[in-house]
Amino acid sequence: MTRRRAQKKLAVWKFASCDGCQLSLLDCEDELLHLAGRIQFAHFMEASSALLRGPYDLSIVEGSITTPRDVERILEVRRRSKFLVTVGACATAGGIQALRNFADVKEFISIVYARPEYIETLTQSTGIANHVHVDYELRGCPVNKRQLLEVIVAFLVGRRPNIPAESVCVECKERRTTCIAVAQGVPCMGPVTQAGCGAICPAYGRGCYGCFGPKEKANVDALVADWRLNKSVSEDQARRLLHTFNAWAEPFRSAGCSPGVGPIRKDLCD
Amino acid sequence: MSSVSDLVGRCFRVSSDVLGLLIRTLRDDGYIAIGPRKVGESIQLEVLDSAEDLPRGWGDQQDAGTYRLVRRSDAAYFGFNLGADSWKKWLDPNRKLLWRAKREGESWEVEQAHTQVRRMAFIGVRACELAAIKIQLRVREVSRLQSNSTDTNSSALSAEVSVEAPEEPFLVGLNCSQAAATCFCASVHTGPAFASGCDLVLTEVLNDDDHYFLIQILTKRGARISSQFELQTSIADDLAHIDRQVAQVSDSQSRQLNISNPVDFFSRRLEHSHWDDVAARCLSCANCTLVCPTCFCSTVEDTSDVQNAVAERWSRWDSCFNLDFSFIHGGSLRSSTRSRYRQWLTHKLGTWHEQFGSSGCVGCGRCIAWCPVGIDLTAEVKYLSQATR
Repeated sequence: MTRRRAQKKLAVWKFASCDGCQLSLLDCEDELLHLAGRIQFAHFMEASSALLRGPYDLSIVEGSITTPRDVERILEVRRRSKFLVTVGACATAGGIQALRNFADVKEFISIVYARPEYIETLTQSTGIANHVHVDYELRGCPVNKRQLLEVIVAFLVGRRPNIPAESVCVECKERRTTCIAVAQGVPCMGPVTQAGCGAICPAYGRGCYGCFGPKEKANVDALVADWRLNKSVSEDQARRLLHTFNAWAEPFRSAGCSPGVGPIRKDLCD
Repeated sequence: MSSVSDLVGRCFRVSSDVLGLLIRTLRDDGYIAIGPRKVGESIQLEVLDSAEDLPRGWGDQQDAGTYRLVRRSDAAYFGFNLGADSWKKWLDPNRKLLWRAKREGESWEVEQAHTQVRRMAFIGVRACELAAIKIQLRVREVSRLQSNSTDTNSSALSAEVSVEAPEEPFLVGLNCSQAAATCFCASVHTGPAFASGCDLVLTEVLNDDDHYFLIQILTKRGARISSQFELQTSIADDLAHIDRQVAQVSDSQSRQLNISNPVDFFSRRLEHSHWDDVAARCLSCANCTLVCPTCFCSTVEDTSDVQNAVAERWSRWDSCFNLDFSFIHGGSLRSSTRSRYRQWLTHKLGTWHEQFGSSGCVGCGRCIAWCPVGIDLTAEVKYLSQATR
């Protein structure tokens, strides 16, 4: 008779984010009870107020680092976690809020808040890996719940998760979507974006907007050159396409700042 | 007609509504009829229920990186060129379950996946497509022989066991009535004329006062199906018409691919500066390999479920443009886009000859039209022919 090992402890942490990614975990309705049978939800505030102390075997981190307090807290999370996985565009690339990185955050504060002196914030929104060692990054805005489940299940059995690093185009072909860039002239970020979403947007005639971030060796400059030349995309439109949820992720970031596309402020692109 | 087999080798005229009867006869005979169908903004190869499903009156305009469906001024059934789909999606589906293991107490029960063998009939196969189907069959045969000679004891868990050879599909060939700007089959000798290999070959004839098909019956099973049609004796000029149409399609092709000694050509150009030039434009998105009718690479994925009670092994299409494709212990062999494009082109046009006895390119031009940035292999080969800059 094999001895039953103690259940591994799972913790979910939130930084600057919309909660959509951790909600994907609660969205795993059919699988959630089975998962609860194999891993202990030790710290998951969106699911339960019963919080167990660490250390945690697996920490899932959502959100970006935007305040001095975040910087301290992520160090503490890392100390209490054996394996740390970031989920979503915020945690891996700074998220949509990293658009502030291209502008002067003090100006925003003075415009938005009645009492700017109460606001304590960093000038940049950055991903978790900029601050602590990250064991695995899961992309998406939000993450795909099947991929999230795959990462947790793979962790539990000790195998490499099946998370392909290929382009969204591969998923379009898999679901038999005709390429909308070629057949309709739609500027689509699919060829430079990592797969994982299941190529949802092109299936509905909308260009991929890169919410899973750049694929490996993403040749964004060549894609933008084609938009400008063959798809009547203006400088401003090209910048807007690149400046979304993964604006701060290279090479979206440098392409969004390159001549012919133009940043909001060139000096803030580096 | 005294006997069905007397029809073999003959050419007849049939009225243009023969297509409905063809689909019905094939279906009655137990085939799944598959052919061109307008799906969204392109023509795909899908299951046909009747002739109503055919994209009648539709044409297309294609060039490097662009494809547009356009309405034709006539009611031609086959007035379009190739879409992104090729028959490989039916012969070698994107995802295949290889085996499944279920936990039974302390052990695992492994069951092989049983692919349902379907009798398929392909309607509207062009000459270049037939060449591609033959290449895929040869690739499969060579791979089978290789795995038999090297892999004797691990076959229980290999992909080979569960992949059942499908019955040869019933092939209804179609002589092209025009070429797209991306076509170059004439220069690689895969078309536009048919040699052999189909059961039936159709030629659509459409002029001011007439619309009919010429049907060439090439096999016994082709004759059996055609015996249901109202076959009118063809006149001498009908065969000449087919030759004229084929010659016209051939002459209208502007792109060409001519490499006299391909293996040598590429082995001498592995360090050519033009590879860097292509790499600067290439997105390594894998579109070219996915639409290529002969690209056959696949990867194997193992999955396990949440309860750790079911494990599965899946095969799915892969591409030499994906980083993980060349992943071995320690990392990927081809991390740069330059090395990936070079691998694809030198294999497709060069080392394919050594491996499978022919070129891997049939001149269908899909990789040119469906490259999001319009990279054109015929142009790249021309640049490679020039001296290294």
